[in-house]
Amino acid sequence: MSANISKSIKSQAKPGRTLAILALVLVAFSALAFIQNDKVKLGLDLRGGTSVTLQPRVAKGGSVSSAAISQAVAIIRQRVNSLGVAESQVTAQGTGNNQQIVISVPGDTGTRIVDLVGQTAELRFRQVYAVGAGSAKTTATATVQTTTVTVPKPGSKATPKPTPTPSAAVPTFPTGVTAALDKQFGALDCTKAANRQGGNIDNPTASLVSCNRDGTAKYILGPAEVVGTDVSSASSNLDQTNGNGWMVLLNFNGSGTKKFGNLTTRVVKLASPQNQVAVVLDGLVYTAPQINSAITAGNAQITGNFTQTQSSDLANVLKYGALPLSFDRGNVQQVSPTLGSNQLHDGLLAGLLGLILVVLYSVSYYRGLGIVSVGSLSIAGGITYLLFILLGKWIGFSLSLAGIAGAIVSIGITADSFIVYFERLRDEVRDGRSLRTAVDTGWTRARRTIIVADSVSLIASALLYFFAVGDVRGFAFTLGLTTIVDLLVVFFFTKPLVSILSKMHFYSSGHPLSGFSAKSLGVETGKDVA
Amino acid sequence: MSRLSGMGGRLYRGEKSFNIIGNRRRFYALSGIVILISAISLSVQGLHLGIEFKGGSQFTLSTPDASVLLGQKAVADSGVTSETIVQKIGTNKIQITTKVLSNAENDAMENAIAKDFKIAIGNINVMSIGPSWGKDITHKAIEALIGFLLVVMLYLGLAFEPKMAQAAIIAVIHDIFITVGIYALVGFDVTPATVIGFLTILGYSLYDTVVVFDKVRENTRSITSTGKYTYSQAANLAVNQTLVRSFNTSLIALLPVASILFVGAGLLGAGTLKDLSLALFIGLATGTYSSIFIATPILASLREREPAMQALARRVALRGSQATGEPVVIKGDAEIANIVTSTHSKENRARGPRNQPKRRSRR
Repeated sequence: MSANISKSIKSQAKPGRTLAILALVLVAFSALAFIQNDKVKLGLDLRGGTSVTLQPRVAKGGSVSSAAISQAVAIIRQRVNSLGVAESQVTAQGTGNNQQIVISVPGDTGTRIVDLVGQTAELRFRQVYAVGAGSAKTTATATVQTTTVTVPKPGSKATPKPTPTPSAAVPTFPTGVTAALDKQFGALDCTKAANRQGGNIDNPTASLVSCNRDGTAKYILGPAEVVGTDVSSASSNLDQTNGNGWMVLLNFNGSGTKKFGNLTTRVVKLASPQNQVAVVLDGLVYTAPQINSAITAGNAQITGNFTQTQSSDLANVLKYGALPLSFDRGNVQQVSPTLGSNQLHDGLLAGLLGLILVVLYSVSYYRGLGIVSVGSLSIAGGITYLLFILLGKWIGFSLSLAGIAGAIVSIGITADSFIVYFERLRDEVRDGRSLRTAVDTGWTRARRTIIVADSVSLIASALLYFFAVGDVRGFAFTLGLTTIVDLLVVFFFTKPLVSILSKMHFYSSGHPLSGFSAKSLGVETGKDVA
Repeated sequence: MSRLSGMGGRLYRGEKSFNIIGNRRRFYALSGIVILISAISLSVQGLHLGIEFKGGSQFTLSTPDASVLLGQKAVADSGVTSETIVQKIGTNKIQITTKVLSNAENDAMENAIAKDFKIAIGNINVMSIGPSWGKDITHKAIEALIGFLLVVMLYLGLAFEPKMAQAAIIAVIHDIFITVGIYALVGFDVTPATVIGFLTILGYSLYDTVVVFDKVRENTRSITSTGKYTYSQAANLAVNQTLVRSFNTSLIALLPVASILFVGAGLLGAGTLKDLSLALFIGLATGTYSSIFIATPILASLREREPAMQALARRVALRGSQATGEPVVIKGDAEIANIVTSTHSKENRARGPRNQPKRRSRR
């Protein structure tokens, strides 16, 4: 018993000091936030903007390395920065094969950003073997039969059998075209948008059957002879001499210049369409100009009815290199600033309403103790707000609508902790303890319950955070953060405050409004309350 | 208010007692029926999944001139032929939902909407979801769920006792099942926000259960040496003692959620806030129910199977019958609990609050 007394004396000596330390810490943090003059960073859903989540395409049984992801993040970041929008963010989320890249760009960039970031930008120059109209059922044989009649093919591996009759029983193929490729070519329908998605990394050493961007033509192409890494720089230019509009100018490095020279020298002597070189980006043919003379100067241009924006974006994409992985667009969200501010307003309104309801209930039920819960809630709210500001500064935390929801939900969790303690306190008083001792004995028991319950909440938010992406993460983060704030407040504010209040006559005498009156505790008057 | 508050005292001393553990078969049956209905509606109707799970595009715009007809005209003008749904939300919002669109189709749709509604393209809110996205997030949500259940089971097993962990997890699964069932039955849209809601319920439901179990553990710590109460009886007392607390914590948790629901559904029409709070609202209600009427009874059922607890039940029954002069009959599980609960309140009234079993452990 003596141990008990000394313990209670010790903890009664503490509350004032604890509160003072808490107040100091709070003032220090507010000063920090005030000096930096920061506001809470808002998520894109609250201030408008576009967010894109990219999922790496993983072959069955394949895996995604973290190195490839971080390389991709770096490249995408350069591409996004080329837009010149402040506060854009590119981050990797998740683990293992579940990694994703999340790009958020504030303001009104529209679908431009979507096109820009998702592009693998694997650039290849390939010789054209055959061309056909975009629809299905066009076969290389048909094309060939018109061209092969007039032009002999030098150095061809396939046996050239120039037959002028289109209805030949044995189909003949132009150079490099095999029956398998022809079949694939025939089946390809470029009028279907699904076949023009691009984004697949094509095998540079194999032939390729592909569409052009608008689906009007399809090609059988040879192996890649010049690739993206051979490009040393790319820029966007307006072609004023030939009237091709906006185009991308490429400069090759040493080996690129040589390879491109070889390619153009070889094809220039061939007949159409084999004297064309296709510029293939992410498996789609951008342009396939006819080569009129060998180009050995080490430059090339990509044309294709570009707007200025498109050509500068493409030049940027090529400049910063290809992504090491190909990605699927998982989730694209564009929120207008108007909707954003509406959502912010409504979220705050919901929070305020929730807070008022909780305060009203706790004051009407716990009377005098309600003051403690109102105070604790305001402290918890204040700390959370400060943390939002400071974390925005330190780790780039931004508050999303889901985050606001998490914070509102946590009002309930925080209030629950007080209730657990208050009810315990009242139980102790019902058992006949004096309020002064009940404050500490009740606390040792309530503390355990609160810690266990909050741990479960923390486990939940941590797991949610690590498994989920996007919105769910924002929610989990705020929920976890506010749970920690709850623990802090209960330990360093609620408990010390109750200790101090318990010494006041108003509470210890069991005043009808104190929340400890015999009536509200349900004990017979004067019998048990000390 | 003070009547409820005063009732807390009577419940605490056992003067007033609801026989929850004794009637557990009834609650099991009730939950069984609800779960059965959930399972049937889930298999017959399935869940109504939002585009986040199916893939597709959604264009939302605010305009004073929100007419569905104009929306349909915009769809026709855009040349997009995939299946589209044009909806009016609230008083001034139009939402156009389509299947997965290509980039070009997306642009065409935006242009057509901007033209027909005479607004800037920047004022259109677009959400487009790839076809594999939904599968992926569903997969992740399930991973998170399983991971959560395992970790929490481990944690509660360590913090409390393994059987409490089992009972708590069963109660959580019960909650998830019923909540999902209600979604299938009513046909509410399931969006990622709903999934967030579902996952949060787990935490909440456990919070409540933890509070009750803490008391159960306290009350049952030394029951074998005292020999006054069976496990079920002590657990029932714990549930009753924490009844007011459970009621208050749940109500206070529901208040903010209800206000999100009110603002989300009432003012915003639809969206993240509404989806989230609806799931939370339903889940919290089931969570409160299950921590009182399912978790603790299951715990009692599990513990009463232990030979030590059965021996205790026999001893207590003997004691009770000696006191009241009834013949000793050893009965089944549930009936013992029934006898026992009826005697314990008498005993309590006679002996007062100071004879609570927990007191012994504390001193």
